[in-house]
This record gives sequence, structure tokens and C-alpha cells, in this order.
Amino acid sequence: MNPLHLALRLLRRDWRAGELRLLATALVIAVASVTSVGFFTDRIERAMERQATEVLAGDLRIESNQPLPDTFIQEAERRQLQQASTLSFPSVILSKGATQLVQIKAVSDRYPLRGHLRVRDSVTSPESITSLLPGPGEAWLEERLLPLMGLAIGDTIKLGQSSFRISRIITYEPDRSANLFQLVPRVMIGLNDIEKTGLLGPASRVRHYLLVAGSPSQMSHYKTWLEQLNLSGIQIEDIRAARPELRLALEQGGRFLRLAAATAILLCVVAVALSSRRFVERQSDTSALLRCLGAKRRQVGQIFILRLLSLGVIASLVGVLLGLVVQALLIHLIGQWFTSQIPAPSAWPLVSGLITGILVLIGFSLPSILRLSEVPPLRVFRRHLGAPPISYRLFLGAAIISLGILLIWQIGDDLLASQLITGLLVGMAILLIVSRLLVHLLAPLRNRTAGSWRYGLSSLSRNPATTSVQLTGFGLGITVLLLLAIVRVDLLSNWREALPENSPNQFLINIQPGEVEGVRKLLIEGGIKLTGLFPMIRGRLISIDGHQVSLDDYDNPRAQRLSTRDFNVSHATYPQSDNKIVSGHWWSETEWNEPWFSVEQGLAETLGIPLGAELVFEVAGRKIAGRVASLRSVEWDSFNVNFFVVGTPGLMLDQPATYITSFYLADEKRHLLHRLIQTYPSITALDVTALMQQIRAIMDRGALAVESVFLFTLAAGLIVLYAGIQASHELRVQETAILRTLGLSRRRLVISALLEFSLLGGLAGLIAAVLASAISYSLANAVFNLPWQLNFSMWAIALLGGGLGVGSAGIIASWPLLNTPPLVVMRKM
Amino acid sequence: MLQTSSNQLPVTASGLMKFVETTEGRLDILQHIDLQVSSGEAVAILGASGSGKSTLLGLLAGLDEASAGEVRLFDTPLSSLDEDGRAALRAGKVGFVFQSFQLLSGMTALENVMLPLELAGHKSPEQAAKEALSQAGLAKRLHHYPSQLSGGEQQRVALARAFAPSPKILFADEPTANLDAHTGERVAELLFRLQEQSDTVLILVTHDEMLARRCDRRLYLREGRLEAEA
Ligand SMILES: Nc1ncnc2c1ncn2[C@@H]1O[C@H](COP(=O)(O)OP(=O)(O)O)[C@@H](O)[C@H]1O
Ligand SMILES: [Mg+2]
Repeated sequence: MNPLHLALRLLRRDWRAGELRLLATALVIAVASVTSVGFFTDRIERAMERQATEVLAGDLRIESNQPLPDTFIQEAERRQLQQASTLSFPSVILSKGATQLVQIKAVSDRYPLRGHLRVRDSVTSPESITSLLPGPGEAWLEERLLPLMGLAIGDTIKLGQSSFRISRIITYEPDRSANLFQLVPRVMIGLNDIEKTGLLGPASRVRHYLLVAGSPSQMSHYKTWLEQLNLSGIQIEDIRAARPELRLALEQGGRFLRLAAATAILLCVVAVALSSRRFVERQSDTSALLRCLGAKRRQVGQIFILRLLSLGVIASLVGVLLGLVVQALLIHLIGQWFTSQIPAPSAWPLVSGLITGILVLIGFSLPSILRLSEVPPLRVFRRHLGAPPISYRLFLGAAIISLGILLIWQIGDDLLASQLITGLLVGMAILLIVSRLLVHLLAPLRNRTAGSWRYGLSSLSRNPATTSVQLTGFGLGITVLLLLAIVRVDLLSNWREALPENSPNQFLINIQPGEVEGVRKLLIEGGIKLTGLFPMIRGRLISIDGHQVSLDDYDNPRAQRLSTRDFNVSHATYPQSDNKIVSGHWWSETEWNEPWFSVEQGLAETLGIPLGAELVFEVAGRKIAGRVASLRSVEWDSFNVNFFVVGTPGLMLDQPATYITSFYLADEKRHLLHRLIQTYPSITALDVTALMQQIRAIMDRGALAVESVFLFTLAAGLIVLYAGIQASHELRVQETAILRTLGLSRRRLVISALLEFSLLGGLAGLIAAVLASAISYSLANAVFNLPWQLNFSMWAIALLGGGLGVGSAGIIASWPLLNTPPLVVMRKM
Repeated sequence: MLQTSSNQLPVTASGLMKFVETTEGRLDILQHIDLQVSSGEAVAILGASGSGKSTLLGLLAGLDEASAGEVRLFDTPLSSLDEDGRAALRAGKVGFVFQSFQLLSGMTALENVMLPLELAGHKSPEQAAKEALSQAGLAKRLHHYPSQLSGGEQQRVALARAFAPSPKILFADEPTANLDAHTGERVAELLFRLQEQSDTVLILVTHDEMLARRCDRRLYLREGRLEAEA
């Protein structure tokens, strides 16, 4: 006997007989959703990443305070990468006898490689995207320079030894400096004009940049080439190192997408497990007969495993194709939201789809199918002898391992994966226990099957194994669907609300103490809501617990940068509203004179500052020492003013401070800003509207993508429902035929089926609500860092939806049985 | 081929016992059964419903393990083999016909008959299966599913399946019990015709005297013991 040959023949027969259709459908959906999510998220993530690379105006940015070697450009050209050069330095412009400190940026052709410049042609004209650059002798200025120096479009400014005509207002450049608070107004000119200004002397503080862009693989090769040169004094930045606010938004979006993929996987494995169990029941006769006819256990096992694997390969291929089609539809649906072109699908999701199919089968089907070789041959005489019950250890082992691999690999987030697996296991345990209880509670009805609805309920206790399986299947299915609803509605909107419409979009820095009252008055009279003006003191961290802070103490580049940089330290009587004290405590009124600091927890972690540490700062040549009384978490992406280090008023009040504030400025109130800058020329105004728009766009697209991906989860949910109903199909066929022969009316049979399934569904819904609340709570806290609230309406929806949904699905599934003459049903048994 | 040497008995049982533990204590189903069947012989085992006929058949076929005593098939003691060994012993040499047909509902008549042939590694299973089915008078029903066949037709498919691989022994468990008298008669006729043609040992379990009378020998199962005559 050639087992593969026989297996394939049997597979063909099974297919015609509909034996494997449910299993195959579940598998196709699993693979299709995983691959389409894979293809889709792969492409969307790359598109989002590409859009985020706008922050660098290229995929890679090389920075140095020396002119960059020509070999960098030559190598980029050799590799057919796009490249552009810029340089930037502080300087002074002269006009109408006044001088102003500005940041000059000179840009070459092709700048920017990623993203677009936005300009206004005049103060009153609308903002527009442009592909132009400042022409020879032209300069583009940032808007706030005009009121500051009393300039208008067409005026001339002097820069070094040459003059420039102001031709446009520049409102947005993708790669504006990552540090919002070290900005002076921008002046942009062409790179070819820079020579004749004579400003590039050896002593000038010029930063040279080379921007490079190309395909991801080209880029990584180029980056490797750069890194092996081992040059010092050169900084290489790619998207990962870019703006923290954008990076946060991007990471969060990715996390949501991966969660969506994970929920689809979860539902599909439940469906596969359910339909495998049914397959085992239906194939027990074949197994017993094969054994009877002389097949060894191993041969029977081989036949079924080969059958399963060939099914797996075929179904996975179909799934991959389906996934490919669906992702194309999704990309079509969502593509218009992207400004840049979406990259083509890569081949990887195809391979990963096949591996997924096989993994799902091995984890959730194989342990059941293996039982088929254990069916005693005596079953041919005694029908009640079936496959031995599944070993929970084997089932759990296989499930955890394969799901673990699948989730960690597919969603690439260990924390999310481990939380979901834990949730699933705890959920399964609870559902199994409850189903045992249910069987127990309904047992007294067992011998009183006269009433039609007693019959429905007692049938649950007569088949405890099936009841357990169904309750578990429905419960897990509804849990995942609820999770989806919670994530979609609550978490997703919380994420977007983290940046509400009226988030601060303007920062004022460098406000002198004497100007604080005037600025406050001007803004409040202009109808601006102010959260406050905060003192800002520049200080350098000297020592932690007596240990000198030096660059060499840290390996991590972020820590190195922080350890050598000046901090903005503030003082306050109360913590900012969006701050949370994570350890220690904030000072009370009686403690305002204590020498205490409160440190942001991320900074504390990076620099190794424990609670209670003694910090020494150097401020304006004087040393200030204090103890860390608390660690705080800060929502950096809220755009509120926040500080890494805050001291008590007693510690910091006497230090030389400037003030800073942030507020929301509606577009129609821009004139207020002009007035403010004219009145207080030394104040620096910073407009972050464009940056916020970019972040919002990422959130919106992310949310839409997540919602589309959830459609799969929904489809998978329906399959679980169907598989759950089918789990008791064989029993129901038998019982319905017998009961109808015995004269039970169809009406009573319908009622009993309704009762049976709505009780199961309602109970599953209720447990699912508890589980979904718990899992979403832990996801919100540990993975997404979003607020969470108990959603009671969800409980009601789960209870009613579960009961009605499963109940009516049960009726629909039983309908054909009720409308076929009992004799026909009996003959099919 | 050792097994078919003339002085060798295809089936022997000695001191065969079967009891099961139930909630109400030990239930003795079979007590001290001795049996010897020689080549080509047809033996009927009669007994009332619940007398242990199916249990005995299961033991003789090596589908179940005896509580005590021994069964030898082709001179091999079954107790010396594990389940897989017993299956290997059955392969291609033992056929079955059951009371409740045991056709696989997902397969056509032809496919049902092909199954044991394929399992035994037959060179042209389809051809052999078609032949067996036409012998059973079902040449026109090859592609019908069990649910499309009458009870008698189903049982004839089962007979075709049982005889197709030319087994040395055929175990039949009340093959006509689910059929009406006329249909039962036709099935019985086919059974004995095929048995004579192939010179197969037949061990037939039944509570039907008429059927039993066609066999070479009749044994009665009463209170767990096997008796020669009524
Ligand atoms: N595994 C078992 N557990 C309990 N009782 C059994 C078992 N196997 C058989 N019996 C009982 O043994 C008796 C004989 O069964 P069986 O061999 O099927 O009888 P027959 O085929 O003659 O009708 C019956 O009463 C049956 O209930
Ligand atoms: Mg019997």
C-alpha cells in the first residue's frame, strides 16, 4: 500500500463527500486573512514608513560638521540612489538697518527626496505644495521673520556679501530640525548661491547633510557600506532615529494592525480546532474499518496525516491566492489616503501564508487527527467506541507552541503575543470549567425529556464533551469579536483623541520674566486658552549620587547625547495635568522648600537615575543639588509643555529663567501672532501645525487600515460560529430523526434547538464579555498605554448578541433536518 | 504458504473467556469457549440477542482481547501479537460483513469495495472491485452512494467488499438481520455462493435458524457457553 497514493484518493473522495469542506474553509480563511493582512500591512507599513521618512527628507541622512567626502555621493550614484545635499548654519541677516539671527539652509537640486515643501506666495495667499526651490538670488523666509523685521515679499535682505530677494514664505519643510526648541527663524536659499555669500569660512558652524533615498535593500547596502568606513564625526540617521512624536504614532499604528492580524489568527485556529474535532468524529468509522481490514495503526495515522497535509498545502495555496486578491482590493480602497505610491507586494507573505497553513494544522488539527489511529477496531461492532478523548497536555502543548510561533512571528510583538496567548488560555480554562458546571446543573433534567424545552436544555448535559467544545468555541469566538469591537471603538478613538483638534499648535519660547504678564494678557484678550507659562532654566547634569556624569558611562547613543546636552529644567508647585507619578511622591505645599527634583521616567531609565538619587545641575555657573523625590510619566505626544526635570520652587525659584508656553491657535487668529512678535521681538514663536497634521494623517490612515483588516476577523468569526454549530451536527441528526419518529412536533423541536443554542450562546457571550474586558484592560495598559474604561453596554450586547446570534444560527443549521422526512435522515446515518 | 497447509486449522479457540467490569460488578459475557474451524468450513453461531455473539466474533477476529484463553488464526496465537500485529495478520486474509452494513457513507459503492484492495496493495483495485460488484449483481450501481441504495443492495456491496480481496476467513455478524425475509434470502444466497466459489472459511453469527441451516455446522451460544446442538 502506498499511503500517499491512498491518502490522496481518500482526500478526493472526502472532498466530494463534503467531509473536509469545513476544515478546508477554516484553513483557507486563516491563510487568506493572514496573507492578506501580511501583504497589506507589509505594504501599508512600508508606505507609512516611506511617508515617515519625509521627516528626514530622504531615507537616510548623513550629517557632519565637515564637508562630506565626495566618495559618499559617488557611491550613491554608483548604486543608482537618489541623493541631495543641504547645509545649515546660524547667521545674521540685514535689512533696513536691522539685524536678525536666523538659521540659513541651502539646498541642492532634487531636495527634498521624500516629502514636499509647502509655501505661501504672500502673507494672505493659501498654503500650497511646491516642487520648486529658491532660484538664484532668491530667498524663502519663514513667516514670523516678516513682522519681526517689517519685511514683505519682494524686499531684499543681505546675507554675508550678497543680497537676496524674498520670493516666498516657507511654511513647511519635511526635515525641519528634530529639536523644536532650538529653532531660530529659517531662511532657505539655493546651494549654488552659498559660495558668494562668503559665509563658509573655516570658523563657521556649518552642518553638512547628504540625503539619500532608494529601495529598502539598496538603502541597507549603502548603509552597511557607510558603516564599514568607520568614519568619525559623521552621524547617520534613518527613520528610526527621527522625530519621537512621529515615531510614536507610527509604532502605535503598527501595533494596531498587528493586533488586527492576531485576532484573525485566533479565530481561525478556533475554527480549525472545532472542525478537526468533527472530522475525527466523522472519520472514526473509516479508521475502524481500515484497522479491521488489516491496516496497522501507523498506516492509519499516515493515511490521515498525509490527507491532512495535502489538504493543508492545497487550502493554503488557495488561501494565499485569495489573500492576494483581497489585499489588492484593500490597497485600492485605502490607497488614495497615501500621498506617496504604495510599494508592490513582496514575495514573503506568500511563503509565510503556506507556513501559516501548515502551522495551524500542526497546532490545532494534528493532535485531534492523530486520535483517529487510536479508534479501536471493535467499533465495527460497538458504535459507541470512538477515538480516545484528546490528551489535554498534547492539545495545549501543540496549541501553545504553534500559536506562540504564529503570533510572535506574524505580529512581531512579544508582549502583545504573550498577552493574547495568556488571555486565550485563561479564557479556555474558564470556559471549560463553566461548561462542566453547566452540564452538572442541567443534569437533573436529563431523565425528564418530556417537555420540548426541557429536552433542548437536557441535551446539553447528555453530551458533555460536545457541550464543552461548543461553549469554548463560541466563547473564544465572541471574546475575539468583542475585543475587536473594543479595540475598534475604544482604543482606536482614544488613540486619536490623544491628539485632539485643539491640541497646542504654537509654542512661544524665550519669554523674559518681565514679559510674562504682558504676553499672558495679550493672548487671553485675543481669546486664547492658556494652560500656563512655565519657567525654563538651562542646566547641565553634573553628577548622579556623587558620580560624575560623562559620555563614556553610556553605550546607548541617546544616553550619550543626553549626558552632554543642556537640559531644560523647570520648577512647579503642582505637576502638569498629563503627568503621572509612577514612583515616589510629588511635593505638598509644606514641602515646596525641600531640595527635590521630579524626573521623567524615560530619562531616568536612560541615564540610570534611581528614585532618591542625589542630582547636581550646573545652572549659569552655579551648582544646584537636590534629591529625586519622584519619577513621572509624560505624554510627549500631547504637545503640552513638559520637562524632563522639574524642581521644587524652593530649589529653583532664584535661578535665571525664561518662560515657555504652548496653545492652540486657530487659523483665523494668525494676526495675533504677528502682533505678539512685533511687540516682543525677542520671543521665539514656533508653529507645529504641519507636524501635527502629519501625525494626524498617520493616525487616520492607520485607523482606516485597522478597520479594514478587522473585516477578516469578522469573517473568521462567522466560520467559528458555523463550526461550533456543526460540532453537534451528527448527534442532532440522529436525535432529531428518532424524536420525530417518536412523534415530537417540529415546532417543539425548533423551540428546543433555539433554547439549547441560545443558552449556550448567551452564556458564552457573558463569559466572553468578562474575558474581553480583562484582555482589553491589560492590552490598553501594557501594550498601548491608553486609558481604559469598563464598557457595560458591551456586556449586554455580548449576552443578547451571543444568545440571539448562536440561537438563530442553530435554528438555521437544524432547519434542513426538520424539513426532511425522518426516514431519509435515518438512512443517511 | 504455511497458513494454507492442509493440516493447519484457520481458526481455533480454547478456554476463551470474556468479562467486563461494570458499575454493577463483573459481567461474564463468554465462559470457556472452545472452537476449531477447518479450511473451507462454514460455521454458524446461533444465539439470542445479547448472548455474546458479536463479542465472540470480535475475539475470533482479533479485534478485541480475551480475558482468558487463546485464539489462533492460521496457527498464530493472537495473544502473542499486539494490535498492529493482529491487524497485519488480518490484512488481505480476513473479511467482514456486519449487521449494520458499515459502508462508508462518503464513498460510492465502487470506492467502498476498492478500499480493502487498495489497502492490501492490489495491482488493479478498480478492475477487481468492478468484477466483485458485478458478481453481486450491482454492475449498474457502481457510482451510487450508500444512501442511494436499498438495505439489500448495501449489504450486497458489503459482501462484494468482503470477498473482493479473496479472504481466507470471512466473519459475518447477522448479515441479514436488518433486512426483510425476501431480501435477506437473496443476500444469503449471494453470501454462500461467494463462499463456495472462493473456498473461504465462514464464521456466521446469527439468530436466524434458516440461515444457520445452510452452514456445515451449527453452534449455540447460551449463557456464555458454546454448545454443539440445541
Ligand atoms: N464493553 C462492554 N461493557 C459492558 N457490557 C458489554 C460490553 N460488551 C458487551 N457487553 C454486553 O455483553 C452482552 C453481549 O453483547 P453482544 O456480544 O453484542 O451480544 P449479541 O451480539 O449476541 O447481541 C450484552 O449484554 C452487552 O450489553
Ligand atoms: Mg450482535
